[in-house]
Amino acid sequence: MTVAATLVPLQAVVFALVVLGAPLVVLTRDPLRQALVNGVYGVSLVLLFVVLAAPDPALSMLVVSGIAYPLVILAAIARSRGERRRPKELGDD
Amino acid sequence: MTRRVRIALLAPALLGLGTLFAWAIAGLPPFGEYRGPYGFVLNQIVVPLRHTTNVVMATTFDVRGIDTMGEEFILYASVLGVTLLLRDETGARQVERNTRRLRDDTVRLVGVLMVGGGLLVGLWLVAFGYITPGGGFPGGVVLAGAILVLYLIGSHRDYRPFRNEHVLDPLEGIGTGGYVVVGLAALVGGLAFLTNLFGFGQTGTLASGGSIGILNAAAGIAVTIAMLLLFAEFLETYVVPLEPEDVGS
Repeated sequence: MTVAATLVPLQAVVFALVVLGAPLVVLTRDPLRQALVNGVYGVSLVLLFVVLAAPDPALSMLVVSGIAYPLVILAAIARSRGERRRPKELGDD
Repeated sequence: MTRRVRIALLAPALLGLGTLFAWAIAGLPPFGEYRGPYGFVLNQIVVPLRHTTNVVMATTFDVRGIDTMGEEFILYASVLGVTLLLRDETGARQVERNTRRLRDDTVRLVGVLMVGGGLLVGLWLVAFGYITPGGGFPGGVVLAGAILVLYLIGSHRDYRPFRNEHVLDPLEGIGTGGYVVVGLAALVGGLAFLTNLFGFGQTGTLASGGSIGILNAAAGIAVTIAMLLLFAEFLETYVVPLEPEDVGS
């Protein structure tokens, strides 16, 4: 079996992973968990790029979904939760 | 707006969008079929003309080098925007007082190894970007991520220079401006902006590609520092939600 022929079932499996992963991200309610689930979903996209023989986008996707994007989300969550907590803390004082 | 009205609005919109989407998907060329011609042309000309084995990088830093300059400035402007939005002078000084020290030695050891390994992978991705997959953009984010692990394992003192804007700002200028300088150097030599200079070297070695290597390094610096600037702003933001019990002494 040639390399290309081996890749076709592999591509099908990874496509299925991506299709199953996307609704998981949407159905996660807690934003903090959603950031983590989205990171895992990003890895499935990385695998997709790898089995489609596109290493450069795979690397970019890896760093964006693994490092950059979760940090942006975490900062946004931190800020919005902090702002909600502030008035309560003032009340406690 | 009641639930019924919302559904009544959503249903036709969803139907219309779904129809258009299905129509668009049905009109796509079969999977894996590329109709060219640019990809085929680039695959034919890049290695003989530029001596770089990663066609993607020769495309981004040479064939359409001016687009990549625009992309670098998009990143620059985004970081500028985040900095302006998140800037909080009052919180900046509290960060180190309000973060808990990490006491677990195993986590620290694994973290230190991750810093070293991450830096190595990042440098490799940047340096060999135009020979194997990689390049200044993904490599720069890996480098910045590896440096951020220093903070995560509680080595706040070691991390301090990497969040100091007096250190970062000039470096960001060198990275982003360096790209323009290489372009202008060609103008000085009487050639068009961003014309590839310095000779193309031997195919498959680090000394190939002429200007591509320098532009790649400039992009690597710009991306690394841009990410570190972002992290610095985010770390200021993280201070706000810390629980009182997290504030260790």
